[in-house]
Amino acid sequence: MNSAQTMVHLRLNGQSSKVPAGTSIAAALYLCGDGITRQSVSGQARAPVCGMGVCQECRVLVDGYSQLACQTLCAPGMVVQSGDAS
Amino acid sequence: MNATVPAPNTFANQDACAILIVGAGPAGLSAALAAAPSGRSIVVLDDNPAPGGQVWRNGAGAAPPSPLRQLQEALTRYPHVRLRCGTRVVATQGSHALLLESADSAWVQGFEQLILCNGARELLLPFPGWTLPGVTGAGGLQALIKSGLPVRGQRIVIAGSGPLLLAAAASASQAGAHVLRVAEQSSWGQVAAFGAGLLRWPSKLIQAATLAHPAYRCDSYVLAAQGEASLQAVQLRQGAQTVQLDCDRLAAGFGLVPNVELGRLLGCATRRSAQGGVALQVDAEQTTSVPHIFAAGECTGAGGAELSMAEGQIAGLAAMGQQAKAAHVHARGRWQDFANRVDKHFALRPELSSLAQSDTLLCRCEDVAYGSVAACKNWNDAKLHQRCGMGACQGRICGAAAQVLFGWDAPAPRPPLSPARVSTLSLAGEESEALP
Repeated sequence: MNSAQTMVHLRLNGQSSKVPAGTSIAAALYLCGDGITRQSVSGQARAPVCGMGVCQECRVLVDGYSQLACQTLCAPGMVVQSGDAS
Repeated sequence: MNATVPAPNTFANQDACAILIVGAGPAGLSAALAAAPSGRSIVVLDDNPAPGGQVWRNGAGAAPPSPLRQLQEALTRYPHVRLRCGTRVVATQGSHALLLESADSAWVQGFEQLILCNGARELLLPFPGWTLPGVTGAGGLQALIKSGLPVRGQRIVIAGSGPLLLAAAASASQAGAHVLRVAEQSSWGQVAAFGAGLLRWPSKLIQAATLAHPAYRCDSYVLAAQGEASLQAVQLRQGAQTVQLDCDRLAAGFGLVPNVELGRLLGCATRRSAQGGVALQVDAEQTTSVPHIFAAGECTGAGGAELSMAEGQIAGLAAMGQQAKAAHVHARGRWQDFANRVDKHFALRPELSSLAQSDTLLCRCEDVAYGSVAACKNWNDAKLHQRCGMGACQGRICGAAAQVLFGWDAPAPRPPLSPARVSTLSLAGEESEALP
């Protein structure tokens, strides 16, 4: 961890949240909640798996667009919605 | 290297360069540095938010390691080398251009020469419970921790095969987790032989000694992950016994799969790689079967950062026409020998192909059960009749698993290579009519 951390403010699933700069959305969803990113086609809860942009399990809505949570860094004012972007 | 260039002209949606490098890990950055003195325009792309690839990944949970900082520092001397992170390849546009997308723009990137440094992904194999939240890849867990995933105080089991397991364990311990077990499927004999052979690579011997973990066990592999809403326990085979460990996370990775999809789409020939998958085929100068396309690093076969750097350097020099200089990069042979040893001593045991039960999901995107895929004749049959591999990852996870489980050839890549916005797809030229 960097010692003097800048914090980033964003909205995660309707809650205003703050996380250290450089945090991915995947990590932020765990820091501020249960880490679940999507519901599978048969309704199972899923969370990030490969961590490197391949498996697509971590896609969430970022400002209304589907993005991979593991490859997207939290940015000020971002609005993230997880759980229904299957 | 100019990392702060604005997005290309969004009205023209076009950009051109002499050398396009796909991937900003050890191979891609080494290729850029080797080719930079030519003065030709170079663009380096990466789909991650920062350069470094998987091995040098950095973020809220990890500072950039020194080899990455050195490469980046050296590249700052060359303003004609442009780095574009957060950018993924969506499709090919003929033989000399790619359709690209970032979070806020899309464009067609033309090039004279292309160096593919797409790296490798983890081999994930299905076992009961592997879709539960809390189960990740081994390198996957490491990547998530480096990008800020909190694991302090969590109980973690790491399982699978290869040197990556120890690296993942080290990252987890450093971040404050309790690593309960590192389960290596290979036998003591194989791992001991691998360790003894490291005398030829002193840096690796030191690394192995540094990473050695008291909870490391050989002849051990995951049988099942258990839990209701998320992971609660892991069942492991340990020699002849079955053990159960209560835990918060399981990180399971069974080796590496070269990312060959873009190369295949461009018509580059592949060869069988050691673990049964395919890798891009290259000659001594890292040229693929397509003359203006080079490939370096783990998309040509997994071998670690040192081998990737040597291959990248050769590819960069060869792209500049400096074949004589490229022939003097001797590090490649030495590290290729090391990679061969990893393949030899961490070969997967056959029991790993029968961990999945009939109702265990194989395709995580379309929720297709192992049993219904096992009843199919081949990959196409599974795809057409069960929708296996038809989801967002396009078979990158289940296709690689099916190759190990059933010996089926990897699915042929199709554009778009990754899910893309409609506005991006609308930029595709007529050559890409197949785009949905």
